[in-house]
Amino acid sequence: MSDTREVISSGNHLAALAGADAGCRFMAGYPITPSSEVIEQMSDLLPKRGGSCIQMEDEIAAVAAAIGAGMAGHRTMTATSGPGISLKAENLGLAQMCEVPLVVVNVMRGGPSTGLPTRVSQGDVRQAKNPSHGDYRSITLCAGNLAECYTETVRAFNLADRFMQPVFVLLDETIGHMHGKAIIPTPEAVTAGVVPRKQFTGAPEDYHPYECESDQPAVLNKMFEGYRYHFTGLHHDKNGFPTEEIETCRKLIQRLEDKVMLHTDELELNEEFMLDDMTGEEGEVLIIAYGSVSLSAKEAIRHLRAAGIKAGLFRPLTLWPSPEKSIKKYTDMIKNVLCVELNIRQYTEEVERVSSRLDIEGLFKVNGRPISPYEIVSKVKEVF
Amino acid sequence: MAFNYDQYLRLEKMPTLWCWGCGDGVILKAFIRAIEKMGVKQDDVCVVSGIGCSGRFSSYVDFNTVHTTHGRTVAFATGIKMMHPDKIVVCVAGDGDALAIGGNHTIHGARRNIDITLIIINNFIYGLTNSQTSPTTPQGMWTVTQKVGNIDPTFDACALGIASGASFVARESMLDPKKLEKIFVKAMEHRGFSFLDILSNCHINLGRKNKMVSAMDNLNWIDSITMPVKKYNELPEEEKLNILPTGILKEDTKVREYCDMYQDIIDAHQGKRANITQDDFEKKI
Repeated sequence: MSDTREVISSGNHLAALAGADAGCRFMAGYPITPSSEVIEQMSDLLPKRGGSCIQMEDEIAAVAAAIGAGMAGHRTMTATSGPGISLKAENLGLAQMCEVPLVVVNVMRGGPSTGLPTRVSQGDVRQAKNPSHGDYRSITLCAGNLAECYTETVRAFNLADRFMQPVFVLLDETIGHMHGKAIIPTPEAVTAGVVPRKQFTGAPEDYHPYECESDQPAVLNKMFEGYRYHFTGLHHDKNGFPTEEIETCRKLIQRLEDKVMLHTDELELNEEFMLDDMTGEEGEVLIIAYGSVSLSAKEAIRHLRAAGIKAGLFRPLTLWPSPEKSIKKYTDMIKNVLCVELNIRQYTEEVERVSSRLDIEGLFKVNGRPISPYEIVSKVKEVF
Repeated sequence: MAFNYDQYLRLEKMPTLWCWGCGDGVILKAFIRAIEKMGVKQDDVCVVSGIGCSGRFSSYVDFNTVHTTHGRTVAFATGIKMMHPDKIVVCVAGDGDALAIGGNHTIHGARRNIDITLIIINNFIYGLTNSQTSPTTPQGMWTVTQKVGNIDPTFDACALGIASGASFVARESMLDPKKLEKIFVKAMEHRGFSFLDILSNCHINLGRKNKMVSAMDNLNWIDSITMPVKKYNELPEEEKLNILPTGILKEDTKVREYCDMYQDIIDAHQGKRANITQDDFEKKI
């Protein structure tokens, strides 16, 4: 039996379906363009599976309710767009501090502020890295085509339980509202790949949820099952209780950093498109793009190659933490590098940091319209 | 034999950070006695608190406990309750917590009539942050943010609870711990949103500049502004202005609870019942 299926759907609907198939049983959201279809779809999918989907009174309440369900031990999600993330930021910080797994789908639109509600952008990439105050490492995935709206959302649920923290799935208006055919895994294949969050099974008196290896996440047992502990956004000890003890505070925050940054190999996922014949010779062009922009980039690369320009695409699917080694490998090898983004330099700056190069070219667009393959072809011909 | 609280307390967290003479401890003890009286297992109770002095409530009691962000208790509790409709979920919040920064969640939790007991510990001031004006600080009182006297009109918390749709609304003060215990039992046994305005003292941060420097002064003031609702109802209208009625102000056992109603949605989606229509509701608008 095949472990894939063919569906005709939209990006937002596929993100919802992925959540339901990945075992999400609670969603809380608030209407916001261009992400509303996610909760609309979940309001059917979840009760059918015995779960709950609730429209809350505001964005803040939506993420709070979702985190509450996560604290209780369930797979849970919320979906919104940039302005919603701005409102949710404080509680996302709480989820980071308490180590509560949660999937946050952000269908990006133009910003800042109310911006361009019905138009595309990738303006929330930097926000996804640090949505709130304090030190922690965000995990951010970014879907680049319809099928990935499904597969990246599934991956987000598994990573959230592995790393015990919120995981962002970035879609954008183009991909969220894109409608078409996609080949996605069967629900059985998704279920087979689910690794539920770790649970402690010993005696309750031996259970210390936040006492773990210095590079590992907390082990948070389900609520109401005999393991009574405490959640707090304050610095906390091994049982979750507030403390100001110097070493405990240091270790906690260092662990939030290390549990992600010492395990980036489990997070990294890239697409390398027409890069295998690159040798570092003069005239080769490396394009770095992600999300829906990569679709234009691929089309542009076909045109460039037809015109005799050897171009290829590096596309991170995990934006944060960034695939440092892979970016470095290609930017060391290929002289002509062009970052293409629907924002101004948000990921280009990361490429500059990782590559230690300040001659990275950029094609940025912030008028709410997609970048066409033609614009990329023209830019390559202009700057290289 | 005196009641033994030890089983329900996290003794290693004692003493509390609450000031000497603070009413929060009285409220905490009454809450524990209520739980004991109801005979529920500690594992079956979740206490969710916000930020402020009352926020620390959750860390002292041995239940499933959550200390959340400022004002958001009811929203977090909604997620927990919807996934566990058979468990007891209690929110503890301060007046600033529940009525200012978290006002929206208070309103909508009450509107949904989800089975959460919201205990607002109302001490008329931001205590933990040292005497800033809260939504219940009486006009004319001194606060650090209004040193020549507070002009901000006050909230009648219970009026808000009633208007928002909570099916159980009551007010008590920590002056009568026995009543407090009883109201907690009633509220938690009530299936629906229970809105409790529990008046407490903060002689440190409300009283210090408002001629209530001792706990007793502050409690006497609370005594002077409260009256059992039966007696209150007999007052001439003009005398009601400066009195807060205590006791059960609303108890509606007919209105349906949110998780119970959500089960209808699940059943409708699973083909176990017809779709929900206006005919299912007595109130049409």
